[in-house]
Amino acid sequence: MAKRTIIPFGPQHPVLPEPIHLDLVLEDETVVEAIPQIGYIHRGLEKLVEKNEWPEMVYIIERVCGICSFGHGWGYCKSVEGNLGVEVPPRAEYLRTIWHELGRIHSHLLWLGLLADGFGFESLFMHTWRLRETILDIFEETTGGRIIFSVCKVGGLRKDVSNETLDKIVVRLRGLEKELKELTEVFLDDVSVKNRLVGVGALTKEEATSLGAVGPVARGSGVSNDVRQDGHGAYGELDFEPCLEEGGDCYARCKVRIRELFQSIGLIAQAVSKIPDGEIAVEIKGTHPAGEFVGRMEQPRGEAYYYSKGSGQKFLERIRVRTPTNANIPALVKTLAGSDLADVPMLVLTIDPCISCTER
Amino acid sequence: MKTMASITKSPWIIHYDGSSCNGCDIEVLACLTPMYDVERFGIINTGNPKHADIFLVTGSVNEQNIPVVKQIYNQMPNPKVVVAIGICATSGGIFRDCYNIIGGIDKVIPVDVYVPGCAARPEAIIDGVVKGLGVLAEKQAALAKGIADPTVSGAYRYENGTYDGDGTFLPEEEGDTVIAAAEPQSTDDENGLRVKPAMTEEQEVDD
Amino acid sequence: MTERKDLTQEIIFIEAGDLLAAVQDLKAAGYRLGQACATTVGGELEVLYTFEKDNILTNRKIKLDAKHPEAQSISAIYPYVFIYENEMHDLFGITFKNLGLDYGGKFFKISKETPWNPLFEKGDEN
Repeated sequence: MAKRTIIPFGPQHPVLPEPIHLDLVLEDETVVEAIPQIGYIHRGLEKLVEKNEWPEMVYIIERVCGICSFGHGWGYCKSVEGNLGVEVPPRAEYLRTIWHELGRIHSHLLWLGLLADGFGFESLFMHTWRLRETILDIFEETTGGRIIFSVCKVGGLRKDVSNETLDKIVVRLRGLEKELKELTEVFLDDVSVKNRLVGVGALTKEEATSLGAVGPVARGSGVSNDVRQDGHGAYGELDFEPCLEEGGDCYARCKVRIRELFQSIGLIAQAVSKIPDGEIAVEIKGTHPAGEFVGRMEQPRGEAYYYSKGSGQKFLERIRVRTPTNANIPALVKTLAGSDLADVPMLVLTIDPCISCTER
Repeated sequence: MKTMASITKSPWIIHYDGSSCNGCDIEVLACLTPMYDVERFGIINTGNPKHADIFLVTGSVNEQNIPVVKQIYNQMPNPKVVVAIGICATSGGIFRDCYNIIGGIDKVIPVDVYVPGCAARPEAIIDGVVKGLGVLAEKQAALAKGIADPTVSGAYRYENGTYDGDGTFLPEEEGDTVIAAAEPQSTDDENGLRVKPAMTEEQEVDD
Repeated sequence: MTERKDLTQEIIFIEAGDLLAAVQDLKAAGYRLGQACATTVGGELEVLYTFEKDNILTNRKIKLDAKHPEAQSISAIYPYVFIYENEMHDLFGITFKNLGLDYGGKFFKISKETPWNPLFEKGDEN
């Protein structure tokens, strides 16, 4: 029998912008088992709910993760709004949808760049991140922040965006779309890129279901589980189908995310053409959340849960965030077993790990 | 002692995420990409601590990442500069009340430059790194003169203190809480900052 | 226009002893486990399991004693629950019987033991 070696992977590793630790049990060059261990960025921020009143807690939940920050803020607001039984004005729901989809484009471009960097294609990384700046510029113009912008509040939004600005955003996104098309040809058709991705880390539809995978990881294996279809926000009034692929490998996961880039641009254009005028927030006075509610969101990385429990006080009893990377860890562990050591970075990257989300 | 003259012309950076929301981390990476392009200052991102001159830390420290941060710091060759990026790395920021957060990076290693912001903007990060280059030049000059400890400015550790917002730390009570981080960094001093590498052990299992 | 499905959700209290049977029924009905989490309420812990099918959520909740919390693991039915059960073990001190993949308290490495459950009394579980 071949000699067994355990190689620690992380927490500081060139392909990892964030710390996670994996113990890789190897037989020669093949991984036989991977044992994840987390806690490097565990902050325990959910516990801050005891020190911050519920309207303020949104700032903390937005900092669960700096990439899908807007989505987390929205998820928290959605959960507390459900708890209070508040209905948000339609214009606010549309604007939230637009920002959330912009966030998805920014997150997927970020991921594509990291993937390119991971397989050693540095100029592709640079180009992807150059295009990503377009989205960050739009964020900055509309909210004032690039990464974390705190425009979402329980009951609606803090800032409105004029219809002219929204039209201009669509024009810029159409420009971005052209450049993205050139870029995606490299990701999807280049021979050397395909060599790194096709057939690597395949996950069948049954495996993805039984391991509880979510988001692009599940959709890359043909599991349709897009939370946006539940009709929250403005999604109920927009026309879209989840992007599904059958391959289940790194290539399929990459393709799902690339198709979602174009889907998001389409969704934003639809939302801008349909957005109603009106208020952007309802005032909530004199009541505190007293029930329980589980809110669900489709983050760029997949399905996320936001559980809020109140007792009629200023301080909630519990906030719980279940993030998509958390749900994808079993799938990661499964695909790592049997892979080549040299493919480990690719496999870790293609679940789009967000460790800061996972550990909170 | 002779030192390389070109370090400040082309400093290499290493980045580690302590316990952050990764907002600052992606901004650090954004600095490397075409819009901000720190490579025009000769700055290159490396994954190897022994190649690095400037240590960019984002996020605060917790029990588990203290050995990692110390280890990266100790593996870096002298002269070296630490830049704390974002308010979490500076003081713990919004997470300072969390049960698993100890505080800013300066609780563990000496910090030379603090970059505020949540998240720190790329312009601010670049500014911080360029300020770090000045510190690096000072340390290098000190090292060339044969001063054993090259820590010449900014590198103090405060056990208790408050951040006054202008880039300086104020000790809580006058005179008792300032600890100079200028401990000798000889390679085998067990009482210094050097710790035994914990994460690079290789184990072999016989079957 | 699609109806908002996320507003319809139920939260049902069940006896801790009935958990496995209830979860088994949900699995047979085609539900998927969404998440599991615990909450400290007074001297008790509430463990909430969220299930999802066709974008409709349903929740099951059990109550445990905070001092010596112990529950049956549902990892035989939903193996991927190990992430949540290990997390609850590390943060709340809940012991899950027959846990599929047990990290033995090493999943979350944190400085403080069971930070979410101040009443927890360490027993002779090992």
